[in-house]
Amino acid sequence: MSDHGPASQDAAGHGAAGHGAGKPSPADDGADGPRRLASLTLVPKADAKLATRDFKSDQEVRWCPGCGDYAILAAFQAFLPELEIPRENLVIISGIGCSSRLPYYVNSYGMHSIHGRAPAVATGLAASRPDLSVWVITGDGDALSIGGNHLIHALRRNVNIKILLFNNRIYGLTKGQYSPTSEQGKVTKSTPFGSLDTPFNPVSLALGAEASFVARTIDSDRKHLTGVLRAAADHRGTAFVEIYQNCPIYNDDAFAPVTDAGSRDDRLIRLEHGEQIRFGADRGQGLRFSRYGSLEAADVAGTDSDSLLTHDAHAPDPSYAFALSRLDTVDFAHSPIGVFRQVPRPSYDELMADQIEKARERDGDGDLAALLAGGDTWQVG
Amino acid sequence: MTKQVQQRDRVIIRFAGDSGDGMQLAGDRFTQETASFGNDLSTLPNFPAEIRAPAGTLPGVSSFQLHFADHDILTPGDAPDVLVAMNPAALKANFDDVPRGADIIANTDEFTKRNLAKVGYAENPLEDGSLSAYQLHALPITSMTVKALVGCEVSRKDAERAKNMFALGLLSWLYSRPVEGTMKFLTSKFATKPEILKANIAAFQAGWNFGETTEAFSVQYEVKPATLAPGLYRNITGNSALTLGLVAASRRSGLPLFLGSYPITPASDILHELSKLKRFGVRTFQAEDEISGVGAALGASFGGSLGVTTTSGPGMCLKAETIGLAASVELPLIICDIQRAGPSTGMPTKTEQADLLMALYGRNGESPVAILAPATPADCFDTAIEAVRIAVKYRTPVIILSDGYLANGSEPWQIPTVDSLAKLRDEFKFAISNEYSGADAAPEFLPFQRDPQTLARPWAIPGTPGLEHRIGGIEKADGAGTISYDPDNHDKMVRLRQAKIDGIAADIPPIEVDDPDGNARVLVLGWGSTYGSIGAAARRVRLAGGSVAQAHLRHLCPFPANLGDVLLAYDKVLVPEINLGQLALLLRGRYLTDVISYNRVRGLPFRAAELAGVIQDVIANV
Repeated sequence: MSDHGPASQDAAGHGAAGHGAGKPSPADDGADGPRRLASLTLVPKADAKLATRDFKSDQEVRWCPGCGDYAILAAFQAFLPELEIPRENLVIISGIGCSSRLPYYVNSYGMHSIHGRAPAVATGLAASRPDLSVWVITGDGDALSIGGNHLIHALRRNVNIKILLFNNRIYGLTKGQYSPTSEQGKVTKSTPFGSLDTPFNPVSLALGAEASFVARTIDSDRKHLTGVLRAAADHRGTAFVEIYQNCPIYNDDAFAPVTDAGSRDDRLIRLEHGEQIRFGADRGQGLRFSRYGSLEAADVAGTDSDSLLTHDAHAPDPSYAFALSRLDTVDFAHSPIGVFRQVPRPSYDELMADQIEKARERDGDGDLAALLAGGDTWQVG
Repeated sequence: MTKQVQQRDRVIIRFAGDSGDGMQLAGDRFTQETASFGNDLSTLPNFPAEIRAPAGTLPGVSSFQLHFADHDILTPGDAPDVLVAMNPAALKANFDDVPRGADIIANTDEFTKRNLAKVGYAENPLEDGSLSAYQLHALPITSMTVKALVGCEVSRKDAERAKNMFALGLLSWLYSRPVEGTMKFLTSKFATKPEILKANIAAFQAGWNFGETTEAFSVQYEVKPATLAPGLYRNITGNSALTLGLVAASRRSGLPLFLGSYPITPASDILHELSKLKRFGVRTFQAEDEISGVGAALGASFGGSLGVTTTSGPGMCLKAETIGLAASVELPLIICDIQRAGPSTGMPTKTEQADLLMALYGRNGESPVAILAPATPADCFDTAIEAVRIAVKYRTPVIILSDGYLANGSEPWQIPTVDSLAKLRDEFKFAISNEYSGADAAPEFLPFQRDPQTLARPWAIPGTPGLEHRIGGIEKADGAGTISYDPDNHDKMVRLRQAKIDGIAADIPPIEVDDPDGNARVLVLGWGSTYGSIGAAARRVRLAGGSVAQAHLRHLCPFPANLGDVLLAYDKVLVPEINLGQLALLLRGRYLTDVISYNRVRGLPFRAAELAGVIQDVIANV
C-alpha cells in the first residue's frame, strides 16, 4: 500500500492539496520574520519580493472607459505584493458580470466561473487547498441576486476566502437593468415605470448571514480600499468587502454623495477600530444609541461624551455592527466605510482538516484493503 | 418435533409491513444471514418516500424482497414464494404479486376491524376463505412477541416493536439460516441499551422456537450454498459499492477525494458513507444546494482533487450549468446520478432510467461528456473506478447513471485485492513548468494545448510555478486558452471537445455479446440496471428452447466502437428500457437501425417472466 499514501501525492507535485492538514502557524513575529497576514499562515512565502507588474496579465483590459473597476483592479494589483506569497498560490475565482472579468487581468491562477456560483467553486478549492490564497470577485447582481444563496452560506460557513463585491447598483453587462441594490423606483430598461422592490443593504445582509468579517470601501479612495484589502487578507475565514463602484454608462454618479469632495465629509463615517467615531464638518458629529437600539448622529458639542461611541469591530455580538449598517440609507445620509465587524471564528477548511487529522490519529491512515473487506464477509472455496 | 426438510434450489421471500414495522431491517438481516450461508442472492427494497406515512394505510407499506438460490441468479425475482404480511395493508398492497400456492404469513393481531376498513377489506381475508388457494399461516405475531418478552424490562411499545425480530426468527428457522451474524448485529446496535437488546434477542429466539415447535409449519426448507468462484465475499448495495469504488479510485490515483453534495433520495447514502471515511483523507461537503455541491467539486478538481458530486434527477437539472462549465474548462469531475422516477419530484424512492438523454444533452451548447452506467449493485464499484479513469485521463466530466434499484438492492460481491485494481496513477500527471517552453526556450504555457493522443489539455493545478493561467466558461482560443470570439476558432473548439469524447471509444472494451448457441437472430440490448432482468429473461427463453443473444452497454457515451457491427449482425434488436425509449432513439439516430423498443415505467425493475414473453414474441415474428 506504500504507493497510495499521502507522501506520493507530494511527489506528484500536489503540494498540500487534500492532506494539507497542518495547523496555522503562530501568527506572532517569530524567527521567520514579520507576522504573516492571518489568512495566509498555511500559504508558502514568496522567495523574492514581487512587484505590481508581476500581477498584470498580458490580456487587454476591456471595461468601459471610466469604469470604477479600473481603479479597483489597479489598487488590487498594487496590493498583492503585500501578501508576500508566490504568484502561483494566488487564485481568483469570479462569477459572471463586468466585475467578474477581473481574473483575466491578474497574472495568477483564476477561474471565471458561472453566474452567482463563484463562492461555491471557491469553497471547494479553499477547503481542499489550505496552501492557496483564494479571492472571489463578484458584483451586486452576481452575489446578491442569482448567487444570493451561495453568498450567505459561504459567510456563515467561514471558509478561508476573501469576497470582493463590486456594488454599482445596476446590471452592466446585460446593459442596464436594475439590480438588487438599486434604489426603489429606479427607472431602467426593464423598469420603465420604476422598480418596485426594496434593495438589499449588502453589509446588513452579510452581518445577518453570520459573517465573521464585513467591510465597505470605495473604488475612488485608493488608500482606504488598500487598507480594507489588507484587513481582509489579515482575517482567517470568509471576509466580505463591499466596494462602492461607479458605472459611468448605466448608473453614473450613483455614489456621488459619498465621493464628491463637497458632500462626502458630511456623509462618510470612517470607521477605525478603537477610535471614537467622528464625522461631518470639523469632525463635529458622533454616533450614539437611540432608545430602541438604532444609532443616531449627535453633535459632539452638547452631547454627553460617555454616550458617544468608540468603534469596536471586534464586538462578539453583531447588533452594533448591524445598527451601523442601517445608517446607510439609499440616499447616503450617513455611510460608514471601513471594517464593520471582525471576529475570530475557526474557518471551515481548518475544521475540516482537523477532523481528518483526528480521524487519522484515532484510526490510522485508511487501509483500502481492510475497507473493501469490511462488514460481514465469507470465504468461498 | 422432527420436521421434514425439503430442498429448494431457489426461494423468493418478501417481508411487508407498515413503514415503522422494521421490515427493511428484518430483510437486511435475513439477507446478511443468507449471504454468509453462501447462497447467491439479489434484493429489492421497496419503501415509501414518507418517513412515517399514516399507519396501516396502503401508501405506508414498506417491503423488502429477497431472492436466494443454490446457483447464480440475476434478479430479486418476480413472484414471492413467501409473503410476510404484518398488517392488512401489507397483504393488500402485495397480494397481486403472490402466486397461488405460495406461503402467506400474516400477523393476525393487526387484522382488526379498523385496520381492515382502512384499506377497504369488507371481510377479514384471513377468515373469509379468500386465501384458500394459498398456504396461509395466520399467526398473532405481535402478541406472541409481547408474551415472549415478559420479564424484559421494556415498555409495551418497545415489546411490540420487536415483532420484526420474531418474524425474522421464524423465517430464519424456516429456511435454516445461520443466526450468529444477527446476534452480533443486535449486540452492537443496542450496546448501550441492554434491555432493548435482551428484548430483541428474546423476540428473535421466540420466533425461531415457534417455528420449531408449532404444527403450523410442517416443513423446513434448505437452499444449499451456491457454487461461487473461490474468494472472499461480502454482500453489497449499489450505493456502498459506488462509495468504495470512489475511495479506491482516490487511492489508486493518488488524488484526494472531495465530495460536494446535497442530500437527495436515493443518493444520500453515498454522502453518509463517504463522510465516515475521513481517515482516507476524504473531504465531504454538504452544500447549501445542488449547484453549490457540484461547484465545490469542480473547484476542488481545479485544485487537483478528485472532485465528485452525487445526486438524483432533480439535482441533475440544477447541476447542468456547472457540468457545462466543467466541459468547457475541461477538468475531471465525477457526477453520480442515482436516477429515480420523474419528472420533477416524481417518485423519489422508486427506480427509473429516464435521465439518459438529459445526461447526454441536458446542457446548453454542444457540451459532450462521458457517460457510464453500472449493470448490477456490485458493478457500481468497477464503474466508479472506470469513470475516474476516463475523467482524469481525458480531463472531462463523467456522469455515472446508477438508479434507485441498484442503489438499494444488494448482491454478493467478490472482494477484489487492491493490487488487482486499475493503477489510475499511470493515467495522468499534473503539468509542471519545465515541460513547457516557447520559441526562444522561454517558458510558455498554453493551457489548451492538447495531448495529441487523448486531446486532453494539461491539468495545471494552482501552486505550480510558471503555469499561472485563467480558465472559464467563455470560449477560449485553441491552444492559448485566452478569450476568443473568432468564428472559426469556436467551430474548431466545438469539434475538438466532441472529438476528445468520441476518442474515448478507442480506449474502452468492445461490447460483448452473449449468444451461447450462436443461432440467435434476435439481440436484446440493454443498459444500466436492467442487466439482471434481461439476463434472467434470456435464460428462460433459452431453457424453453429459444435462441436469443444478449448484450449490455456500460459505456453510453461514447458507445463502444463495435456497437454498430453488433447491431447489424442480428435480424432484430430488442431494447427494453425503464423509460420511453431513450437508448432506442440514440441507436436509431446513430446507426439507422430500427430497434424494437420495449418500455415499462412503473418505478420497479422489469420482471424476468414479462421480458421473456416479449423476447419470445420478437423471436416469433422474425
